[in-house]
Amino acid sequence: MAVLKAGTRLKSAVCSSEVMIVAAPKDEVDLSCGGAPMIDMAADASGGSVAEGAAEGTQIGKRYVNEAGDLEVLCTKPGEGSLAVGGVALAIKGAKPLPSSD
Amino acid sequence: MNLMMLLEMASQGFGDRVAFKNEGDELTYAELFEAAGTVAGQLRAGAAEHLAILDETSLALPIGVFAAAWAGRPFVPLNYRLTGQELESLVGQIAPSQLVTAPDRAEALRALPGADVVDRESFLRAARKSVEGPGESDWGMDPEEIAILLFTSGTTGPPKAAVIRHKHLVSYILGSVEFMSADESDAALVSVPPYHIAGMAAIASSVYAGRRIVQLPNFSAERWLELARSEKITNAFVVPTMLSRIIECLDAEGRQDADLPHLRALSYGGGKMPQAVIERGMELFPNVAFANAYGLTETSSTISILGPEDHRAAMDSDDPAVRRRIVSVGQPLPSVEVEIRDEDGHALGPNERGEIFVRGEQVSGEYLGKGSRLNEEGWFPTRDGGSTDSEGYLFIEGRIDDIIVRGGENISPGEIEDSLLEHAAVADAAVVGLPDEQWGEKVCCVVALKEGQQASEDELQQWVKDRLRSSRTPETIAFWEELPYNETGKLLRRKVRAALME
Repeated sequence: MAVLKAGTRLKSAVCSSEVMIVAAPKDEVDLSCGGAPMIDMAADASGGSVAEGAAEGTQIGKRYVNEAGDLEVLCTKPGEGSLAVGGVALAIKGAKPLPSSD
Repeated sequence: MNLMMLLEMASQGFGDRVAFKNEGDELTYAELFEAAGTVAGQLRAGAAEHLAILDETSLALPIGVFAAAWAGRPFVPLNYRLTGQELESLVGQIAPSQLVTAPDRAEALRALPGADVVDRESFLRAARKSVEGPGESDWGMDPEEIAILLFTSGTTGPPKAAVIRHKHLVSYILGSVEFMSADESDAALVSVPPYHIAGMAAIASSVYAGRRIVQLPNFSAERWLELARSEKITNAFVVPTMLSRIIECLDAEGRQDADLPHLRALSYGGGKMPQAVIERGMELFPNVAFANAYGLTETSSTISILGPEDHRAAMDSDDPAVRRRIVSVGQPLPSVEVEIRDEDGHALGPNERGEIFVRGEQVSGEYLGKGSRLNEEGWFPTRDGGSTDSEGYLFIEGRIDDIIVRGGENISPGEIEDSLLEHAAVADAAVVGLPDEQWGEKVCCVVALKEGQQASEDELQQWVKDRLRSSRTPETIAFWEELPYNETGKLLRRKVRAALME
């Protein structure tokens, strides 16, 4: 559990996934990937493996949100684990295609 | 949050794609990433607190943007037309800086205090000399770090530097561009100068989309058309004066169709698009999706878009209210809020004119050394006048500061200019207020006539009188060969005013 801040980067402890926090609630959040809590970029990965049922994978460039809609993360590096908060999988945020303006 | 994160993703996702091309030279995303890291290392080892570029568009531009982001130094693209005291004053505001410039200017600029001058070719050589491979991804992730300082064009006063932080640009990109959404064959032609916010936004959004940018340093319609054909350009952004020139060029060639089979999307912004120009544009580019983008430097580029379907719907409609939308800037992005407010700050309803206020994560509204202009609720007063229609389409009516106050009545120059432009002989028109003893201000006008056309002052005064309230009739109309614009298509009203005062 940790209080997350927009702009912070985290990595998975059990796969190659990396994310950046885009928006986060004020309270502590239990953000996991592949079934294990996500860790600081500088921390050592535990070397564990992706848990069963948490192996949907992450896709680079996709944004993931929780059900409440107050947590949003951007996948900056893909991996085999899937993202979850308190054990509930995050969903891919639907793209809102805009006409290219620049 | 840091712009570098966008480039890192691009470099990992499609590193071998060509990212930028200028004449015969090009950079892939992986090469750009590596060059940015190399220059970042050099910057960190030096004393410069800013990285400035005083040069036309080159491959040094994207390297500079990302290297500065990596090193944690604000990037400052300066207007390369600046000289003398004006330049010295701007460079003074960002000292100590590293200043990249054209080889033929470097020697003369070395006398500038507070700037470590490097010529572009040496900069590029040093950037591409990496022997160690890309460094560790150790850029700061503090969203509050400054990404870019952009001196605004200052059509009314001395230039001031808008502060654009990483959080502003990154949230603009994440909110409006889908990662890797471009095909490998997509190519954007960028002809706006580096010190224009649209040029900066184009770099960030194309990198994130994976769309190759073809740089056109010195715009000419002939060269633009040539490159659009030879580089199989799919997307382009132009300011209104550029589209006018392109159309003139196609018309002079007697073409009924622009014949650019690869071009899919053409967006425009940065100034008011005359209705006749966009209508002719849609005829000449029948299969191209047009988008009108409205935004300010202080809002990290686009905040409202009139999309391709809106363009078609307006052109195909017999309903004047729908047809009029062709000159609107469409609707706000989903990630920003727009409100029209009166002078006391109260929100106005549809079809009421007031000042445009905007709020959103991409809105900076801050100037170097002057603090934030956002109010307590985060709203930025744009100083642009405007209104929305019943469906929320936003109409821009020019700068509030340009409004003429005649005998207590507010008169928008744009309304009179639009009316004059409907006259068959008028190519361009500018209306300004000049001091007047009786009325406070009087309405004065400068007109440029179309080649070979005639119209007298009396005739044009009568023309306006027949269409608008009598207070709108220009007291004087001067005839000029052409009106003064800056290089990004903004009408320089202060020059018109100054000339008329003489």
